Amino acid sequence: MKTTPSSPGSGLAPATAPASGSRFAQYMQRMRSGELGSLPIILGLILIVIVFQVQNQNFLTPRNFVNLIVQMAGITTIAIGVVYVLLLGEIDLSIGYVSAVAAVSMALLLREPISLPWPLAVVVALLVAAAVGALHGSIITRFQVPSFVVTLAGLLAWNGVVLILMQGAGTVIIQDQTVLNIANAYLPPALGWALALGGVALFAYSQFTNVRARNQRGLTNRSTAITIVQVALVALLSLGAVYFANLDRGVPFIGLLLLILLAAFSVLATRTKFGRYVYAIGGNKEAARRAGINVERIRVMVFMISSVMAGVGGIILASRLRSVDTAAGGGNLLINSIAAAVIGGTSLFGGRGKVSSAFLGALIIASIENGMGLLNLSAGEKFVITGLVLLAAVLVDATSRRGQGGAKR
Amino acid sequence: MGEATPLLELRGVSKRFGAVEALTKVDFTARLGEVMALVGDNGAGKSTLIKGIAGIHTYNEGQIFFDAKPVTINSPRDSAALGIEVVYQDLALADNLDVVANMFLGHERTQAMGMLDEDSMERTCIETLQSLSVTTLRSVRQEISGLSGGQRQAVAVAKAVMRNSRLVILDEPTAALGVAQTRQVLDLVRRLADKGLAVVLISHNLHDIFEVADRITVLRLGQNVHEFMAQQTNPQEVVHAITAGKMLHVPGMAEVEIQ
Ligand SMILES: Nc1ncnc2c1ncn2[C@@H]1O[C@H](COP(=O)(O)OP(=O)(O)OP(=O)(O)O)[C@@H](O)[C@H]1O
Ligand SMILES: [Mg+2]
Repeated sequence: MKTTPSSPGSGLAPATAPASGSRFAQYMQRMRSGELGSLPIILGLILIVIVFQVQNQNFLTPRNFVNLIVQMAGITTIAIGVVYVLLLGEIDLSIGYVSAVAAVSMALLLREPISLPWPLAVVVALLVAAAVGALHGSIITRFQVPSFVVTLAGLLAWNGVVLILMQGAGTVIIQDQTVLNIANAYLPPALGWALALGGVALFAYSQFTNVRARNQRGLTNRSTAITIVQVALVALLSLGAVYFANLDRGVPFIGLLLLILLAAFSVLATRTKFGRYVYAIGGNKEAARRAGINVERIRVMVFMISSVMAGVGGIILASRLRSVDTAAGGGNLLINSIAAAVIGGTSLFGGRGKVSSAFLGALIIASIENGMGLLNLSAGEKFVITGLVLLAAVLVDATSRRGQGGAKR
Repeated sequence: MGEATPLLELRGVSKRFGAVEALTKVDFTARLGEVMALVGDNGAGKSTLIKGIAGIHTYNEGQIFFDAKPVTINSPRDSAALGIEVVYQDLALADNLDVVANMFLGHERTQAMGMLDEDSMERTCIETLQSLSVTTLRSVRQEISGLSGGQRQAVAVAKAVMRNSRLVILDEPTAALGVAQTRQVLDLVRRLADKGLAVVLISHNLHDIFEVADRITVLRLGQNVHEFMAQQTNPQEVVHAITAGKMLHVPGMAEVEIQ
């Protein structure tokens, strides 16, 4: 139970009737009180970009930018599932090999003796992943064992299943053009522009109708200045990205898919009952249970999300490599996916984080790998640097938590 | 006052935790328009009794009547469906969520396509807090982790009041509060009963209890030793019942008591 009294001086002062926020001042207050949000990550990212650009003029080229999007796609997708698991205060160590199980299933279903059409092969592969997640979640909730142990067993077992499925074949080549297009196709320039403009318009519309609705109900608002700045930033970033990508091959299809996944899972996390319950369980499981929330069901569903997103990530990675092999799902895929969520700002202690941290963290990890590749650094040096970045992220998490009224240790 | 209708009636409920018999054949009644105080020493079984009403756990034996009809309460949902709301001793709030999210936890309002209706929830939340004269909160979008103990208590009480509940149970709501905030919560408790709700108040503070309660039930070692009318008794009598009240049933496990 977390019933620690909050730190002295935390707003006992008699104030006026409860308001819903005092605009800009409150925003700044939140920033200062340790809830830094995405700011340190974005600053870190800018620093990384500057360092690599100074070292090697090829880093900030349109060509490398497009490469980077494709490189980060798999990790980002898997990390979206990791964010949900971390929000619960749990961990899923099986995601690397679960992604491989899905990818190998798909590749084998597409291949000669079975030769399923691609939509069926993809759906079956993702259903397999969902079943794996349901299995993990059911064991964890039914027998009340730590997710760490169950998914560690999963890590071993699903690696074995991958090897068994491959039946000694070293590599299965993917020949289905649609599946290959997932990670290897690019949007025509005009379509890129149209989607970016449409997306920005939609974002601006939703932001401003929200502001108007709150004004009509007499609720206090974020200051209009912040809303305008936000919309302008989103417009600048998305139009800039499309412009830059169009100088090379165009916006990768996978970039569009990533944005859709990120948006959908963000909405699920922040705008629905399900997402609210995930945060509540991560913050105080007992409170959630007493509120009548079916805690076990939500936990099982989150492990299913984790496995399915791992499956989607696995398919993206397979499409990029144009094949699957016995090493699929291994290497540092697991570590990178979890690190992406944590570096992006999702707490390991449950209850705090955002889906967007999957994107920011994966962007940092992919930038470092990509940049160090350009500099011809050794694998050893890459690991050390990525490790240090992860450590820095965890330290930021731990210290900002201390600033939050000492509610958690 | 004696004619008030019973809303909730427990008959002969028992609860065991392994070898420990936390409740033995307890009868208990809460009436509409009245504050029923539940008193007893530490470990007497007060929290255990109300957790059974709240659906946190089920009694091993005994019957529950609500509106004179027998009911079963197997989960917090069953309890909430009957119109029972509980403010727990260990406040059941999620630290990482804001005031609005906590007040509506498990009962969120949604709009088109299952999206949360944040604005409407925020509006109701502010209105409820204002109607209870809770004025110490800076913002209802503050996280619970940033609130003081008294502020948390106010949120927890407001949460129970906000749903149109018929029975509100408060487990030591004033334990952590200063003088002024205790005053506010007691006023609030009285106002709830005067509105026609049934209120159960657990407290160790007899002074508070004599200020607001209509009846007082005394638990001792898991048994109901007496039910007093507050106006026909005095603190000395109640203290005597708490510490030396006559037990109606032979304690099931004598060895356990010796320990
Ligand atoms: N989950 C549990 N498991 C085992 N024993 C329990 C459990 N909950 C309560 N008990 C036991 O039941 C008895 C009654 O506890 P309870 O919490 O109901 O007391 P209480 O009257 O609320 O005391 P307090 O005034 O300290 O809050 C105690 O002996 C306690 O140790
Ligand atoms: Mg108690």
